[in-house]
Order: sequence, then C-alpha cells, then structure tokens
Amino acid sequence: MEKNILEHGLNFNRRRFLSRLSLGLGSVALGSLMIPDLFTGGTEDAPFAPGVPDFAPKAKRVIYLFQNGAPSQLELFDYKPKLREMMGQELPASIRAGQRLTGMTSGQASFPLVGSIYDFKQYGDSRAWISDIFPHTAKVVDDICIIKSMHTEAINHDPALTFFQTGAQQGNRPSMGAWLSYGLGSENKNLPAFTVLLSRGRGDGQGVYSKLWTNGFLDSRHQGVQFSSGEDPVLYLKDPAGLNRFERRKMLDKLAEMNELSYQEFNDPEITAKVQQYEMAYRMQTAVPEVTDISKEPEEIIEMYGQDCRTPGTFAANCLLARKLSENGVRFVQLYHQGWDQHGNLPRDIKWQAEDVDKASAALITDLKQRGLLDETLVIWGGEFGRTNYSQGTLTKDNYGRDHHPRCFSIWMAGGGVKPGMVYGETDEFGYNIVKDPVHVNDFHATVLNQLGLNHEKLIYKHLGRRYRLTDVAGKVIKDIIT
Amino acid sequence: MKLSMNKRLIYIMLTVMGIVYIIQACNRSPTNQVAEEKIPDSISYNFHVRPILSDKCFICHGPDANKREASLRLDIAEEAYKALKDNPSAHALVPFKPGASEVFRRITSADSAVMMPPKSSNLKLTSREISILEKWIKQGAKYENHWAFTSPKTPSIPKISNKSWIRNEIDYFVLDRLEQKGIEPNKEADKERLLKRASLDITGLPPSLEMMDKFLADNSANAYEKIVDQLISSPAYGERMALHWLDVARFADSHGYQDDNYRSQWPWRDWVIYAFNKNMPYDQFITWQLAGDLLPNGTKEQLLATGFNRNHKITEEGGVIDEEYRVEYVTDRTNTFGKALLAVTLECAHCHDHKYDPVSQKEYYQVFAFFNNVKEVGIESVVGGPETYAKKPLMEITNEDVKSILQFVNKQDTNKLIVSVMGEDTVVRKSYILNRGVYDNHGEEVQAGTPKSVLSFDNKYPKNRLGLSKWLFDKQNPLTARVFVNQVWQEFFGRGIVKTIGDFGMQGELPSHPELLDWLAVDFMKHNWNIKRLVKQIVSSATYRQSAVISPEKMQTDPENILLARAPRYRVPAEIVRDVVLSSSGLLVSKIGGPSVKPYQPAGLWEGATSGRGQLAKYVQDHGEHLYRRGIYSFIKRTVPPPIMGIFDASNRDLCEVQRSKTNTPLQALAMMNDPSVLEASRVLADSLLREKSSTQAMITKAFRLIVCRKPKEKEVQVLTAYYTDQLKAFKKGTDADEVLKVGEYPASGKVNKVAHAAMMGVITAIYNLEETITKS
Repeated sequence: MEKNILEHGLNFNRRRFLSRLSLGLGSVALGSLMIPDLFTGGTEDAPFAPGVPDFAPKAKRVIYLFQNGAPSQLELFDYKPKLREMMGQELPASIRAGQRLTGMTSGQASFPLVGSIYDFKQYGDSRAWISDIFPHTAKVVDDICIIKSMHTEAINHDPALTFFQTGAQQGNRPSMGAWLSYGLGSENKNLPAFTVLLSRGRGDGQGVYSKLWTNGFLDSRHQGVQFSSGEDPVLYLKDPAGLNRFERRKMLDKLAEMNELSYQEFNDPEITAKVQQYEMAYRMQTAVPEVTDISKEPEEIIEMYGQDCRTPGTFAANCLLARKLSENGVRFVQLYHQGWDQHGNLPRDIKWQAEDVDKASAALITDLKQRGLLDETLVIWGGEFGRTNYSQGTLTKDNYGRDHHPRCFSIWMAGGGVKPGMVYGETDEFGYNIVKDPVHVNDFHATVLNQLGLNHEKLIYKHLGRRYRLTDVAGKVIKDIIT
Repeated sequence: MKLSMNKRLIYIMLTVMGIVYIIQACNRSPTNQVAEEKIPDSISYNFHVRPILSDKCFICHGPDANKREASLRLDIAEEAYKALKDNPSAHALVPFKPGASEVFRRITSADSAVMMPPKSSNLKLTSREISILEKWIKQGAKYENHWAFTSPKTPSIPKISNKSWIRNEIDYFVLDRLEQKGIEPNKEADKERLLKRASLDITGLPPSLEMMDKFLADNSANAYEKIVDQLISSPAYGERMALHWLDVARFADSHGYQDDNYRSQWPWRDWVIYAFNKNMPYDQFITWQLAGDLLPNGTKEQLLATGFNRNHKITEEGGVIDEEYRVEYVTDRTNTFGKALLAVTLECAHCHDHKYDPVSQKEYYQVFAFFNNVKEVGIESVVGGPETYAKKPLMEITNEDVKSILQFVNKQDTNKLIVSVMGEDTVVRKSYILNRGVYDNHGEEVQAGTPKSVLSFDNKYPKNRLGLSKWLFDKQNPLTARVFVNQVWQEFFGRGIVKTIGDFGMQGELPSHPELLDWLAVDFMKHNWNIKRLVKQIVSSATYRQSAVISPEKMQTDPENILLARAPRYRVPAEIVRDVVLSSSGLLVSKIGGPSVKPYQPAGLWEGATSGRGQLAKYVQDHGEHLYRRGIYSFIKRTVPPPIMGIFDASNRDLCEVQRSKTNTPLQALAMMNDPSVLEASRVLADSLLREKSSTQAMITKAFRLIVCRKPKEKEVQVLTAYYTDQLKAFKKGTDADEVLKVGEYPASGKVNKVAHAAMMGVITAIYNLEETITKS
C-alpha cells in the first residue's frame, strides 16, 4: 500500500511539474504534448498536499444516491410493528420529549401514531428487515450496510440538505464532492472530479439548488459539474453546427498563443488558468459524450437497471450513467432524486418513489460488484432527515402523511470498505428516538472521508482566517461499520 | 492558482532533484502555513485580539446567553475583569498580569481538565495567538469598541513622500500603507486599457471606436476627466449601477418556490435605473425604497420604489400555512435590511442570540417589527392569470402614469400593469420574539427598535419604516455610509475595503484601509450622499488609474492585491460579458427598461424543472430586438435562472446578495465558444466588416479594437491574419460554411462571399474568446 501512495505522489508531482513547465516554456506545447491536468492537482498554497491520501484508502470513488425530500424510514427500513398495534393512539409525551415540530404539524391538535401500510420481511444472511416495496434492495441486502440510527440537526429541507452536502446548515461551504476533488483530485484528466445528476419522481418535488454542489471557498474547479443524460450532456458542450474538432483545435492553439502574449505583459496567473480551462473544455467535449453514451450497453445491463434507464433524466438512467462516470474515474458522482417529501398521501406516493429507485439502486450494486468495482466504490443511499411516526394531517385506514423528523432515520452504504450485510444502530419501539449507536451527520462525513483515505481532522482549508473542515468541529469515524 | 516566478524556478530546479521533491511531498505537513508575521509591538484589541477571542472563545463565552459556559463572557471588558462566578477569588482577566489571569493560565495549561479551549471543541490556540493574548494582557488587556459600531470621524490625511503620484485623497491613504511596506504603486495604465476599464466599470459597455479615437487624440490634462464625465452622464450608467442593486434587492421575474410563476415587478427595476441616472442621493434612494408609502403627500413614484421590500419570493403553493409564509416574508425583509444596509448578519439572531455580534434575539425581532405590519397575507393566490402577477398591497401603473409621472417605466402595451409594493395595515400587528425562529412559537412581545450596539432607536423618530429610515441616516449611525461606500468600492476594485461586504461584525474581515473607509464615508455624508460624486472620486484616483501589471515581487508579497499597489485585473460580471459581445458586434439594442426578455437558451431547462403549472412551465424564446438587449434584462426565473448567467457567477436572486464570486471554469470556456449569442455576434460583425471592403489587416484590426478595445500588437495581427487565411482554406476545402453561418436569427446581408464570411466569423469568435476580451486590465 505504501508503494501505491508513493506512486500516487509521484504521478501527482510529475503531472504538476509538467503543467508548470508547459506554461513556463510558452504555449507551443499547450495544445498537444503537455496538456495540464485541470481537475487533478491542487495549488501549491494549499494547506495540505492535495492529491495524496493520508493513509491507505479503501474506496477510490463515491456514488451518492441522494434521496431528496427525506424518505420515510418507517416504510422502508425501520420495521416497527408497535406502531401498527397502536395505530391512531396519541404519541406518548415521554417519547416526544420536547422535540420541536416543523411549521407543518406544530399546529396539530393531536399526534396519532401510524404504522407502515406496507409489510416487512427479513432477507439475506443478515436477516435485515426490508419493506415489501423494496424487493430489489432486499436481494442485495447482504451487500449493504443499513444504518438505522442517523440523526441530524435541521428540520427543514434547505438547511438539512445543505448540512448533509456541506457539513453546515447555512450555505457557502464546499460540498462533499468539492472537498474530495480538493483532497484527492481526479483520476481522469478529461472529466471533472465531481459531477451532479438530477432526476425527479412523480410526486411533488422539493427543489434542488445549485448551491448544494458548490465549491464554497475552494477553488472553482472543485465545483460540481451538472450532467444530463440528454443530447447535450453538459450545457454548451457541442461544437457549433458545421465545425469539426480539427478546426476547434486550431482555434484553441491560436488562443493559447495570443493569451500567452497577455501573460507576458501582465504576469497574471488567471491568464494561464484560463488557457487551462479551455483545454479542459476541449477534452470534455470528446470525453463526455463517450462516457454518457449508453447505446453500447448490452441488453442484460439495460434490463438490470430497468427499461427506464433508456429515458434520459430518470433515476435509472442516472444510476447507469453514474456507474459509467465512476468507472471512468470520476471521484464523486452525486445524484439527487426528488419527490420523497410525503406530508400527505404517503402510501401512494412512496410506492411511486420506490418503483422509480429500488430496481436501479440495487442494479448499481450488482453491476459494480460484477465488474469488481464495488470494493473500491463507496455507494451511499439516503435522504436529509427522517419522517415522524405520527400522521401529519388526517389519519384514515389507508391514507396518512408524515412530517419531518430529524431524530432518527435510515440510510445505507455499500462497498468501499463498509461492512456488507450489516444493520447498525437501533431506534426505540416507536421509531422516534435512537436507543443504540447514534450516527450524526458529522460522523457520517468523517466515515466517508476515512474510507477514501482522508483524516477528516486534517482535510482542512483555511479561509478568512478560520480553518474549515467538512466535519467542522466534530465528527468521529464509525469504526464498527468498516472492515 | 497563484504562480510566482520564484516558484517556477524551483520547479525547473526540481527536474534535476526530482527524487528529493517526491520525498518532500510525502513528508508534507498537514497544516503547512505561510511564515507568520511577527508579533506587533503594540497590541490592538480590534485588530489582533478580538479575531482570536471571537473565533476561539466567543462561541461559549460570548454574546449568546443561552450557550454561555460558566457565566463568563469575554466580549465585554467589565464581564471579563469580574470575579469568576464559580471561583470568586479568580478573575478571567487581570490587566497587566497574565500570571494572575485565569484566561492565560488555562490557555497555557496542558492539563485537559482546565485547558482552554477544551479538547472537545477541537479548537486550538497557536503559540502565536497565545503570545498575542499574553502581550495584550501585559499591556493592560484594554478593550476597544468594535470599529464598525463606532461612528466614523474624518481621519487626518496621512503624510506621504511620493506626492507626484497622488491625484486625490484616496491615494494618500493607499500610498501611506504602501510606503510603510516599502512598495511602490504601479504607473498609470495605458490610455486604451484605462478607457476600457472606466467604460466597463461606469457603463458596463466597451467604449466605442469614436470614444477610443477621441481619447487617444486628446492630450489635454483633463482628457480623462472629460471622458469620465461623459460616461457618468450616459444612460448606460444607471443600468451598470443597477446591476449590483438588483442582486441586493433579489429582483426577479418570477415568484419563486415550487410553481415559480410569472410576476410583473420590472417597473421597479426601471425605477432603479432611473434613480441612479438622475443621481438621486443615497439617503433618498433608500428612504423611498424602505418607506416611500409612508412619506407625507407620497407620490406614485415613491410608492413604486417600495417594491424593493416585495421582491422576495412569494409562495403560490396551495395548502401552505398562511402565517408561516407571511412570517417568512417579514424575515426576508429583516435579513435583507441587515445584510444590505447595515452589513450585520442579523439573521444569525433569528433563532437565538447572535453568537459573535452583540445582537440579541430580542433585538432581531425589534427590527422585524418594523416590517411586520404590511397589509399582506402568506398566500394570496395560487398560480393563475394576470391578477396574480403582483400580490397585495399592489399598485397599478396606468397608461396615463407612463405618459406623465412615471415616464421612466417602459410600458410597451396597454394591458393592465400591476406591481407589488408596501402598504401598512391600519391596525398595528403585535410582534413577538419567535422562539427558535418558529413562526407561531410566540415569546415575549416586542416593540419596534434597533440593535443598541449599533445605535439605539431615538424616540423622536416614528416607530415605523419611515422612522427606521431616519435612524439609518442619523448622523450617528456608524454603518450606513461605510457599508454603501464599501459596496461601491467593490464594484470598481473587485473587493471591498472590508472584504466581507455583508458582514462588518466580529467575524467579518477587518478593513484593509480603515481610515480610507472612514474618510470616504464621512465625505459621502458631507456631500449629501451624492453617488455620482463618489463614483467619480474613485475612478479619478491614481489608485484606480494604475496599470494592472503584476510584478513577480507583488505577486509574492501581496497576491490578493489588498494593498492596491496595482489595479485589479478580473473578469467582468455575467451580464456584462453579454453586453460586451452585443455591443462590440453592433447588435445591442440600447433601450432602457421594459419587461424582461428571453434570449437564446439551451432547450429543455425550464421544462425539466417545472411542476407543470403556470405560464413559465415552458421557455418561449423571444425574437427580434428582444434577443439583443443588455444582460440586465434577461428574464430571471428563480428556480431555473438563465444558465449562461449562472455559469458566470450571477446571483440566482433567491435572497439578498451583496457579493458575487469570480470563478474561472471550463463551462465558461464552453459557453464562450458555443453559445449562439457569441457565434451570432461574430457572424454579424464579420458581415459588416466584409462589406467595408477594406484589407484583411484593416478588418482584423477593427474587429480587435471593437472587442478588445485596443489596437492589436503586430504579433496579434499576424496570428489572426494567418488564422483567417487558414480558415479561408478550410471553408474552401469543405468545412461547411452554410451550416456555420446559420446561427442566430439576425438576418444576413447576403452581400458577402460565404467562405470569406465564415472565415472572418471564425476569426472574430477567436477574438471573443481571448482572455483579455472579458477582463478589465
């Protein structure tokens, strides 16, 4: 492993050196031989040496299947028969214990408990309980680690999402993907280290906001680049009609030559950075369409993710695209699937969502595994908080809603050195409070960084006189769930 | 990415010593810092001590009463000198005696039971920070009022040696710091660069050829002053100045939230441009926006100005709780007031006392109370027709109005036009502290008031928004003038004198030139809050007029250009990127105001993010002159703002924004190379140049001057001429000229040879893609 790290460092420094050299010697070589790696290296002023892990990493890449809007743990992973027994009865005050309520239910006169309308069964060697609406996830249960004891601080979407993505509820901090891009660079010089894919379900959508994939105070090349699975996977990627690549190359060479004249006059590093951005753009124009083309995927793969994956912009299409991007060395692929915010009509809407995501999520695990990539790819599935054990709005026999609940919720992780076939943490019989092994968002971040070979207390960036970390001032690695 | 000559040399040396380098890289230290400055002889609380205490101690021993440990607060002198509650024989701070000070004992202790900050905080004082605190205590542990909360006084003009460099007062303050550090400022920029800079900064447009020729030929001593006057009196000045204000005011063309349907708020934007152009004094500009509806004998124009406080997002999502959203709007106004006009992060006191600044939660809700009496509801209507384009209180702008009192509103049809504005309810709504910020969790009742650490609210003022405006422009208010002057400074230098434009509080940055900031602020007030005068003062300074060349030494000593020993060099804002392209190609339609327009945009963006309801579910692109309006008029749908604007860091207008970032990304390169607006401009300019039937060199020179705003160097003409010849060959050989020339809707003259046209278009696209084109240098 030490050798790996050494090689990593060697490559990194060689690349960095070449890129500097090419700038120093003028622009002749810029277009051809020595293309600087944009998304790979860091700046020499960084407070630590980017591109080199702190210790041997288990995972090289992350695919984060973010379930935007907060899926109900009680209908998916956290089986609570007691809630069915006590259906309609009031949530005991001793359990609620002063938990603050969102604006949406705080005005309710009563808090009737409601059990899952869907049944649960146990699966795999781990005997984990999985809901009937997640049949495909149930089949890969021995490959994943379900954490039932996640908890967070925020109770509304925007701050909670921002917290999960950036480690702080107020915006303007770098997103997780940006931190990893900064910390580890890219494995592929033609693709950004951090990409973003959006999809939405049939139910009401909670929005996503571009601030979720921001670079914050880090250099802008660490910003997430949004990909779509349509004809132009990245905005303005396609050359204008009638122009070929060769002509484009010629223009870039002229630009580099003339920008170099400017550099000689002004000595402004932004000029060389600009030239590099053009080179990166040029390479993306070839690399991105190659990666996003699913036409060469065999039928059994399409079948595995579901026919939906042929439709650009679906969750299934994005899962397949995520595998392809990850396989091609994209460090962090961030998906957002919108539509989990079921304040009302939960039984119908959550089933829709499950139909959209269950098959493709499980397919991603299976697909990575059969390619031998699961060991080095950390896959994460989960939302920004959980949902209440009592009904929001009127509870009827077959309809109810659930409000936001920050005290406990479930996510799963797979691959990348996370223990497979494990269920971690427990909640009380009401599914309201954690009774064992709580995992805070900061702990989750610390653990993810750890799997990538980064010490969360050392991955820092000093900005405006303060040292920032993804985990801010807290967080501990959850050692129990890693191999 | 900062790269200095020295470092480059090092890299070259390292080819020889590669192995050594690799070993070094592996032994890297995780917190390798730049060499630290030496500890100053005289320790200042504001500049040296408070940043440490604020960052490392206030979180538990600061203004937030609920989170305070051991009842000790270190942000107030008397409290810190007092006997400790838990141990009355000890004192946190004993002036002149570090040894007797509990603070010092604890920050130097290795015993984890007494050590401060505690291990669990993961905060740590560096040895330098400990030394500063020790020295400060030795020197008497003197506290100072926070600089920003003390009224600015005119500082004396510093004495400097290089008098010949000075052009106005600004320069004394800048040069004083430079001379102390032994750094020389840059020489004046060349005339062409200077003109481009001033023109982009003052009007947002590149100078015309005529202006360039005139300025180059004018050798009189006041040539620059004349051109500055011309720029400031151009109507484009109002558009340029409005740009920043629209970010501050979170102006947009949609209501935001889930359905995000259309709103007709643009007449307010027309007023802003008009107000800047007629040089309305800042106090009036703000008073009208905050309280135009409350002015005695108020006019329709004053009422329209209050649209400022109704630009926030408004929900149209059925089923929401009305009061929750009403409170949300009041909150937005309160936070905007704090950030935009006071540069105080009031919003941090929304749920609890401020953790760093002396603003209690109660004071937050006292400011809130000013904005809490609007005759409005949380949800007035769901997505619907024209009657939903503004929400009550609203005003109608009639056809009669635009012919008489509201001539500046560019109303283009006779349809009913409504705008959301402010209006007080007759019954005063009670205001409460909202516990934990929850809309219906009422705590103690509060009366309208202001944070006393800034300035207590004088009871002679009425307790309404008009009174609040009077408080804001009270001669004693320490913030108002400083904050605005700093914002304007940022527009010209790319960074404020206080870098954190929206935070003058404890966690904000300290001013780089505190005396200069105060001088400008007092001068601004003395001269009746005259904005054009302030702008002229800034652009007339030698500081502004310096060249932007970065010497290797300056790159080393001051990479961020804090000391201003050179002019800043940075990319222009998103809207101006567009303006440069349209203006230089001759496509720009320079009308002012009117409904926002929908230029070319990649397909499917609105459609992919819509709930399906409302008239903005689909993007219906405009045609004709609407395609060639300035960037400020591009339609902003909040949930899907124009992508080209976002790529170049424009605000999404969700919330008040006072500072944009300046990124440099591959997506910007893609946009400049492939956006049809740029390609169309290239095509149209090529068409008109070719019709002039001049030499290739003359055409290229003219295109270059129009776009880059200077005459090209010989080498540049050579490269571009060779490129043109090459393109001619390529298009003759088979690259599809017809296809290339199809871009954009502007008609072709049909009078030029297609191969030549496509080749010249290629050359011009290349010029548009030069780094210098969209950079002030």
